[in-house]
Amino acid sequence: MSILTFTLILILGAYLAGLVGSLTGLGGGVVVIPLLTLVFHVDIRYAIGAALLASIANSSGAASAYIKEGITNIRLGMFLEIATTLGAVLGALIAIYTPTNTIAILFGCVLLFSAAMTLRKKNQEALTEGSQLSAVLKLNSSYPTAAGPVNYKLRNVGAGFSIMTVAGVMSGLLGIGSGALKVLAMDTAMKIPFKVSTTTSNFMIGVTAAASAVVYLQRGYMDPGIAFPVVLGVLGGAFTGAKLLTHINPSTLRIIFCIAITFVALEMIYNGYHHQF
Amino acid sequence: MKNSISKQLIGDRDVEKIVGQLLRFGVITASLVVLLGGILFLIQNGAGTRPDYHIFKGEQDSYITFEGIFMGLFTFKPMAIIQFGVLLLIITPIMRIVFSLFAFMLEKDKLYVIITLIVLGIILASTFGGLKV
Repeated sequence: MSILTFTLILILGAYLAGLVGSLTGLGGGVVVIPLLTLVFHVDIRYAIGAALLASIANSSGAASAYIKEGITNIRLGMFLEIATTLGAVLGALIAIYTPTNTIAILFGCVLLFSAAMTLRKKNQEALTEGSQLSAVLKLNSSYPTAAGPVNYKLRNVGAGFSIMTVAGVMSGLLGIGSGALKVLAMDTAMKIPFKVSTTTSNFMIGVTAAASAVVYLQRGYMDPGIAFPVVLGVLGGAFTGAKLLTHINPSTLRIIFCIAITFVALEMIYNGYHHQF
Repeated sequence: MKNSISKQLIGDRDVEKIVGQLLRFGVITASLVVLLGGILFLIQNGAGTRPDYHIFKGEQDSYITFEGIFMGLFTFKPMAIIQFGVLLLIITPIMRIVFSLFAFMLEKDKLYVIITLIVLGIILASTFGGLKV
């Protein structure tokens, strides 16, 4: 295969990855890894490098739109980024000592978990009573809705912080945004309304991914020949996905994609178990 | 009185708007640079055969260090231009933190100045801390 053909097919694949990632809310990075390893037989380390870049591009692109609407809780994001960046650096360090097949199996498990999280019941309610720590850290805030601003408070800051550290480690180890784990920390533990937790998670992914990306770049995981089609393709796909989301209700699509992603996850686990990476 | 004016000048919403614009600007610039490098790369190497990405070799020094990337950039090497775009993409969220740091300083929010400094410190430590293994 010539470089030109490879690049064009990869741009198309990355475009679809960005589209699926944005429609399911999983993010483009998470779809890029199976695409590169299972379809293009690229070494998983190059795939991780490319996925990190896709996560950063996706996060920064989407975050700029959400921030404009005023839903993102910037203080909360900044506070939890202590946990995710620390975790991400740790994860990137652990990655050196982890066999690629183990990484593939772990990736499959996280992917399964993420797909399940996409279909779960979402936390819509805003708490009126928060914990003391949430007040000290100025994490309680409000967000705009059609019926006017809604105030919300949060609790279990310690538990949320701990889950965020795990999310960071996974992000650094696997090169993904770990959006599902981030939402779990904010939604389930800290009881933050769904809209705020999703957008704030997205906002944080860029910084988390950047913390491990600098390590991976210096370790030679980022190949320009792969990075270029992946970054452009995923961005294009995510952009189309965001446009589509305003016109269609993605709930059926989301279920179809999540089933598809479950099969992809099982394939990653199977191949990892049989030492195919 | 003076305090309330400065608060009006840089309210939370304004800061958020600028952060949003900064992120968008960073992503657009980075993708344009990557696109430029990619087109040049395809013009020069498009007909060649695809490298064997199945085997992990890691990148050459010239594409993984700041010096290497900048040197390649000035000699107009397509691969280095792509890597420069990649670098811009990685720097975008880091610049967002630096900006937030200034914003919290102007708001005199000491707690969040410290929190932001910790986040920035972790990232800079991983960048320059010799984690290249």
